[in-house]
Order: sequence, then structure tokens, then C-alpha cells
Amino acid sequence: MPEKIVIIGAGQAGQQAVQSLRSEGFTGAITMVGDEAYPPYQRPPLSKAYLLGSFERPRLFLKPDSFYADSGCELILSTTARAIHRADRTVELEDGRKLPYDKLLLATGARVRKLNCSGADLSGIHYLKTIADVDGLQAVFQAGKRIAIVGGGYIGLEVAAVGAKRGLDVTVFEAMDRLMARAVSPQISAFYASEHEKAGVKLKLRTGVEGFEGNGKVEYIKAGGQTYEADIVLVGIGVIPCQELAERAGLGCTDGIVVDQNARTSDPHIWSAGDCTRHVGREGHEIRLECVQNAIDQAKHAALSMTGKPKTYSEVPWFWSDQYDLKLQIAGLARPTDTLVQRGDPASRKFAVFHLRDGVVAAVEAVNAAPEYLVGKKMIAEGKMVAPEMLADTSIPMKQLG
Amino acid sequence: MAEKYRVTYVEDDGKAHTVEVAEGWSLMEGAVKHLIPGIDADCGGACACATCQVYVAPEWQAKLPPKSEMEDTMLDFAPDTKPTSRLSCQLRMSAALDGIVLHLPKSQH
Repeated sequence: MPEKIVIIGAGQAGQQAVQSLRSEGFTGAITMVGDEAYPPYQRPPLSKAYLLGSFERPRLFLKPDSFYADSGCELILSTTARAIHRADRTVELEDGRKLPYDKLLLATGARVRKLNCSGADLSGIHYLKTIADVDGLQAVFQAGKRIAIVGGGYIGLEVAAVGAKRGLDVTVFEAMDRLMARAVSPQISAFYASEHEKAGVKLKLRTGVEGFEGNGKVEYIKAGGQTYEADIVLVGIGVIPCQELAERAGLGCTDGIVVDQNARTSDPHIWSAGDCTRHVGREGHEIRLECVQNAIDQAKHAALSMTGKPKTYSEVPWFWSDQYDLKLQIAGLARPTDTLVQRGDPASRKFAVFHLRDGVVAAVEAVNAAPEYLVGKKMIAEGKMVAPEMLADTSIPMKQLG
Repeated sequence: MAEKYRVTYVEDDGKAHTVEVAEGWSLMEGAVKHLIPGIDADCGGACACATCQVYVAPEWQAKLPPKSEMEDTMLDFAPDTKPTSRLSCQLRMSAALDGIVLHLPKSQH
């Protein structure tokens, strides 16, 4: 009997796994189950070009439909998996169908964290994770409308940038004292705050949201003890790993499905990859990464392990964000105790912040600065030690430092 | 429907694929849409990964828009670059590029 692999989740990680399983020589049957109506698509453009309207829907799809047919991968869409029966190695779908597997990959991703304050269920309050979410937002995303954005992270700020460009009246509410506080250094936060303000976006930092009011539809947002008018609300306050299926099946989960460095769960027949996982990162700490890089690389490692060629996952994480004409590129994971070295002048709208740990480059954040990002990423992978004063000296090309 | 124009992607081993790509789409998207092996495009066209490098046949060089600084520096650090290297995510299909020939590197990593 040829082997059967079932993949739960039809996102970036699931798609990569299909591709890698075939390129690693797996010839058995593959079935991929997704709860959205669409085959795997790119999520990053959703809050950027797709919302702006400069990127049509067909361009979002990671592969043409023929890819799945050509790869011998059966796609079951608009369907949720209800249970994993580990003893008889079957996945039960919500419609009662049972899919037998020899190996199972959980690529269930993450879902948006929801607000539960008063009025949070009013219509006009949007979240952004799926094509359907953006299509819903786009219908009301019109010039002159007042949009209140809850959360000054990547999603909130990318939507703010698109909103400002489209002529909406944008206000961002952020509970912390700076933007993207979980993701970037204070220098980067300050730079982006000034760019958003220049574009006419109003920033309300240290301003937690208390609730919403309106007659059926949201009309007011209450935050920081004040009331603001709003026609639309967009909430971007992070995501939660989709681990319930794994949890119910008794797999180890701690804020994410726990996997080893081969993307394997506590069950030797079950792997997991992407936003839904928690793994020991290259620095020896347990981490949960929400990014394209992790979806791609962890899925590749899962496929290697599933085909009997396990390889330790230790890739440097990388991220990017597009706001206005600014490309923010980040590699590595920063820690609050890192020594920060700035290279270049933020006023030139082209600069980078390096994070040194014991003299070694641990992370880099680059704004419109591809050499800093690329050489920085290489330095992180190699554990390169570099003198801070050389790193800060823009008269020395990055190439020479790498 | 947007007009479509022809692109020929030539793999490292010489295998050629001639396909049609819609006007306005990037030549990276054209390759992905037609399952051309050898274009990884990990970031989906955001000029963030440098895994969609192509070598543009000399006779087509002059018809391309100049490289942005970002593309130029991303290419500086990509493997196996040549003077004819471009990132295909930054090249848009147009009537002027009908029939363009792109050669693919052995590996994007």
C-alpha cells in the first residue's frame, strides 16, 4: 500500500509541504484540508497591496489550481477537521468523513485575537486575516470615512498606511507607549510614528480601548477615558495559534503545538509547521514564530523528516513590513538586553538598527536598507562578531563588514 | 481581461518553457503561475528575499526599466549573479517585453 499523508490547513506551510514532499520524492497520496473556500494563498499582501486595490485576487494564490492536480494532492476546502483519532490514524472531518493517514501534518496556522470589551460584537468592527476579511473591510474602506485602528502593530500600521493613502481619516490606538513594541527597537518605533504622523495618521499611544458604542453599528470608540467618533474599526491585536485539534488529540501544546527541531510533535506519526507551532529556536529558547519564513522553512523540514531525511531546523527568522514607500526588513530575534547600534540617519529614510549580544550580531532591523538587512542576516547565521563603531560607520560598505 | 504576452523561461539545463503572462503581472508571477521550476519567490514579490533571480538575454536588456536601488543591492548579495541578473518580481509584463527570454540560475539559495 502506498503511504498516505494528510495535511490539515491550506496555508503557506501546507502548500510548501506539498511541494517539498514531492521534491523529496514522496510518491504516496496527499490530501490537504482547509477551512477557507480558497486554495493556499499569500497573506502578506492582504493588509498591503490587496487592500489598496493594486493587486487582484488571482495574484494572491501561491500556486495555480493545476499544481495540486499535477502534484496528486487532493484539496478538500471549506471543511474543518473535527478530530484526530491517533490509535487508528484517521482524521475525522466535520461532515463525518474519515481520512486515514500514515503521516499527518498539522499546518493549522493562527487566528486573530478578538476583543471582548463592551460593544465588541457591533457591526463595523473588522479583523484582518483572510481574503474574506479584507473583502468585507474594502466594501466600507472609502475616502473620508473615519477609521479607528486598535493596535499599533504590523497589521494595524499597514492598514493605517493604506488608509491614509486612500484618503480615510485614520486614528491608531495603541496600549503600549510605542508602535510595534513587541517587534522592533525604540528607534524604529519612533521613526514610524513620525512617518505616520506626517501622512496625517493620528496616533494615540498609551491608550487602551475600553469599549464601543453604537446603534447596531459601531459609532463611537471609548479609549483612554475619552470617546471618539468612528465609522469603521479595524482590530489588529495579534493572533492565537490554532491548536485545539492537536490539544483534543492529546498532543503536547503550550501556546502552540510543541514540535522538535524536525517539526515533529509528541506523536511520531504527526508533524506540525507554521504559525501554530512552538519550537526550540536556534538560540535554544522555545519560540512561536508568526511569519512566512517559518511557514516555509518549518514545512520544508517537516517534509524532510517525513521522507526519512531529517535535518535540524535552525534558519534565521526574517520578517518584512511595507508601509508607505518604506520597506522594513528584519532578521533575527532581538532581546531587550541587546546593545543597539544605529547605522545611518533616520532623516534620510534609510537606516538600520543592529542588535549585538556579547559582541555578536543577533538581529537587524533595516528601513529601505537592503545591504544592512542582507549582510546582517548572514552575520546572524554565522554568529559574526563585529565592532560597534565599524557597524555604525556608513563610510564602510556593508559588503566589507560581511 | 488584460492582454497577455509571451515569455520564455529557460532552465539551467536548457529546458525552455514558453508561456503567456498577463500585462502588469511580474515575470516572477508568470513563472509561478506556470509552475516553472527554478523560481522560488519565497516572499511573494515584495523584493525581500532575492529568490527569483533571472538572467535576461542581452537583446532584451535595453527594453527593461532600470534597477531600483533596492533591487540592485538585493542582487549584490544573491548567489551566482551576472551583469544580466534581475529580480523577476520587479519586472512587469508589457507589450514591449513580448517574447522576452529569461534564463534561470541553477539555484536561488
